[in-house]
Amino acid sequence: MSATLTLSRPNRKLRRQIEAVVLVLLACASGVAVLTTIGIVLSVVYESLRFFSEVPVWKFLFGTEWAPTAEPGAFGIIPLLGGTLLITLIAILVAGPLGLLSAVYLAEYANLKARRIIKPVLELLAGIPTVVLGFFAALTVAPFIRRAGEAFGLSVASESALAAGLVMGMMIVPLISSLSDDIINAVPQSLRDGSYALGATQSETIKKVVLPAALPGIVSAFILATSRAIGETMIVVMAAGLAANLTFNPLAAVTTVTVQIAALLVGDQEFDSAKTLSAFALGLILFIITLALNVVALRVVRKYREAYE
Amino acid sequence: MNSSDLTAKRRSAERRFKYYGLAAIAVTVIFLAILILDIVVKALPAFTVNQLVLPVTIDATKVDASNPAAGDFPALLKETLAKEFPDVQSRGDKKKLNALLSARAADGLQEQVASDPSLIGKTIAVPISLSSGADLHLKGFTDAQLDEKQAAWLAALKDKGFIQHGFAWSFFTQGDSREPESAGIKGALIGSILVICVTLMFALPLGVAAALYLEEFAPKNRMTDLIEVNINNLAAVPSIIFGLLGLAVFLNGFGLPRSTALVGGLVLALLVLPTIIIASRAAIRSVPPSIKEAALGVGASHMQAVFHHVLPLAVPGILTGTILGVARALGETAPLLMIGMIAFIVDVPHGFTDAATVLPVQVFLWSDLPEAAFKSRTAAAILVLLVLLFCINAVAIYLRNKFERRW
Amino acid sequence: MNDMSFQTIMTPAIPKIAAAREAKIIASAVDVHYGDKQAIKNLSISIPDRAVSAFIGPSGCGKSTFLRSINRMNDTIPGCKVTGKITLDGEDIYARNLDVVELRARIGMVFQKPNPFPKTIFENVAYGPRIHGLARDKQDMERIVVESLKKAGLFEEVKDRLTQPGTGLSGGQQQRLCIARAIAVNPEVILMDEPCSALDPIATARIEELIHELKENFCIVIVTHSMQQAARVSDLTAFFHLGVLVEVGDTDVMFTKPQDKRTQDYITGRFG
Repeated sequence: MSATLTLSRPNRKLRRQIEAVVLVLLACASGVAVLTTIGIVLSVVYESLRFFSEVPVWKFLFGTEWAPTAEPGAFGIIPLLGGTLLITLIAILVAGPLGLLSAVYLAEYANLKARRIIKPVLELLAGIPTVVLGFFAALTVAPFIRRAGEAFGLSVASESALAAGLVMGMMIVPLISSLSDDIINAVPQSLRDGSYALGATQSETIKKVVLPAALPGIVSAFILATSRAIGETMIVVMAAGLAANLTFNPLAAVTTVTVQIAALLVGDQEFDSAKTLSAFALGLILFIITLALNVVALRVVRKYREAYE
Repeated sequence: MNSSDLTAKRRSAERRFKYYGLAAIAVTVIFLAILILDIVVKALPAFTVNQLVLPVTIDATKVDASNPAAGDFPALLKETLAKEFPDVQSRGDKKKLNALLSARAADGLQEQVASDPSLIGKTIAVPISLSSGADLHLKGFTDAQLDEKQAAWLAALKDKGFIQHGFAWSFFTQGDSREPESAGIKGALIGSILVICVTLMFALPLGVAAALYLEEFAPKNRMTDLIEVNINNLAAVPSIIFGLLGLAVFLNGFGLPRSTALVGGLVLALLVLPTIIIASRAAIRSVPPSIKEAALGVGASHMQAVFHHVLPLAVPGILTGTILGVARALGETAPLLMIGMIAFIVDVPHGFTDAATVLPVQVFLWSDLPEAAFKSRTAAAILVLLVLLFCINAVAIYLRNKFERRW
Repeated sequence: MNDMSFQTIMTPAIPKIAAAREAKIIASAVDVHYGDKQAIKNLSISIPDRAVSAFIGPSGCGKSTFLRSINRMNDTIPGCKVTGKITLDGEDIYARNLDVVELRARIGMVFQKPNPFPKTIFENVAYGPRIHGLARDKQDMERIVVESLKKAGLFEEVKDRLTQPGTGLSGGQQQRLCIARAIAVNPEVILMDEPCSALDPIATARIEELIHELKENFCIVIVTHSMQQAARVSDLTAFFHLGVLVEVGDTDVMFTKPQDKRTQDYITGRFG
């Protein structure tokens, strides 16, 4: 037992060297995520700059006409943002109440057995590929709304914003309900007990104590859901139109940023024409909007967590 | 208002509120049920097929024994069919009669004779594909595009017992086609498998390595914070943006081949990487530190403690997270449209650099086609996709329940 | 409380056990910081070989922190900084060219809660020798495992189920398995961080008996919050209070004639 500590054993150096290499490899792997972000930013910004050298930024941001295939093309993003906003609004109006009420029921009323059945069903809905929802929106929901509208004497476009928005809303119900469920569960039981001790009913406690306490978290859930709806592509590609109408009539056809990106880049791409490059400018706008929403939502959630820790 | 009235009112408000919650869940569940039911109903016709089983005499004058594959089999079929309906004489009617058959009806016959030239001169009964309109008409779809005469001929063939109804194996064994009756999902299915293989090959090792680094080795500094924030945000970037990345970097930058499983898999790997990192970190974090301390206590290095003890115990959690990431990748469509995986591809891909398509893209492609038969094929492809996803998720849940450890 | 300086009282001036044995570990002027918080203040002690030294004191007094400084387990805690000098057989264990892994092979550790690896009993014991390359072949490894289990007094109880998971044993057996695991690496020192706090009295008695046997061959340092345990098993006792080593001396003397008032108060149960 006279082995001294500092005397080197032959395999010690080798082990240290191998471990140093492995550590570098591991660090590089975590760098890939950063590289991905850099890659996204660089590729989108680079092609966008080429686009803005042909079409002035202010014409892109404030133009009210979108006709990329015309000669000369018109590249005003306003109608696309309008369409995106309209469909997202419909989606949130559908998903907000449904998701939040489901979450309240799951967190406050449902027993363990009911939770065990309902949660997987919601997860099932969350796991359905959006191309499937798009198919359903285009071939089942849209014709149904059209027929229903006609029965009331309304003229409904065959690719109405309503159909796409409704199905998109159902898509984000699980997102809102699972996030809100977690947040409601994180509200300390002591707050509820305090309310019950004053003789409040369960619904009064939920409405007056639990939900206000959970409000920041719920707001961030809604922001995340909005971001998700804005970035969703397949449902709108299949169920919303290509015509860039600036309207707030949910029965009319509108188009969205993502639909246009897909339409411009599917098929022939010419990287020297404003038409193809405009897709990257749209991608840049989409990236900025969704990133901003995510950052805000994550920040709100973090603040909220700190408040209860 | 006295107090008992008020109490009654509060009670009913209580009940109402609870019912709102139940109603919200009911609406969601009903939506899901209608969605699935709608797809199943639409898909069912695509899983069965009506075929014509007509004894055909392989005429030696039409088929040369030395080169049987070059024989004029379509003409042979048409003649045989014409013999069944001797009273069909006008050119127009004959054309209509032949329109009952698929444009590729003679393929099966040709194949069989080519592989066994001794059949020449004999009479054989081979299943012959009907046109999709005839097939749908036989399945009871009145809006199938057949006129009265065609319908009558078809009924006659059926009465004579020449129509065979069976499971549509061809839907699973054939690639894409312009003819709905011979369009299958084999190409898309193989394409999906290839893409997922590429995705897993890149995303799993990278994700686990990144998670190990961030959870176990990374110094707690601003750089690490930045990586963490970055990963959280990347997880919420719209998938179509990853398609733009793939287009600009992998195709235009690195010059990788368009439309291939390789590029598709790479893009999806970057897409699911944040999910896998986040899940793996949670799995690694859930391994109690006492296990690592025990290893350190007997003189294991930090790296040895992590790779010998922490990682093996985190594997079930990592696998569950990875499987859920794969499920997401399997259903992803939008980014693949950007990198040209939307082309019409008949051949089944054989490698990672062959032009390929995947199931969800196939669904998208078919959903745009006008033929009624493609509608049912789209729904059927969706059903296959959903069953696949369901199985994958079931595996994940099984793994989670089986290996979940309580410390 | 007349004496609040960081000066340690020796009881008696040179403890008998320290005179009888060589000093294995010598700490001089050790400070330990967790970020801004100082956990150990100016600690100096000499720990004798082939004897049991017990660290006692109220919760948060720094006794576990100091124990973990001896095999540098504190390295794994971010923000933890150790200054001063700790030597093992005269060698500075915080020397820059020292391999912490080999240090820990020479200084084994048993933790508060039994923490067997979720592997077989055999694999639990074999892990240390395997990573250090101590066994020449399979037979040699089996010999090491069996011997270690015998030394830990566990072999008779588990000899028929060496291939079963170590996590299936009772708490006391698990802790003895952890001791066997530490012994298998052939260490010179065994650190025990409240090894009996999660065990019932019978299992505790079994471990104490084992400690008594092990001190023939090892330098044992044990942290305990039970004064009775310290009195039963140790030769040398060190009393910690608020990060300061207040008094150190032969166990029998410390428990009968403590010099410092704080030691006296603690031993007589005034605080703790």
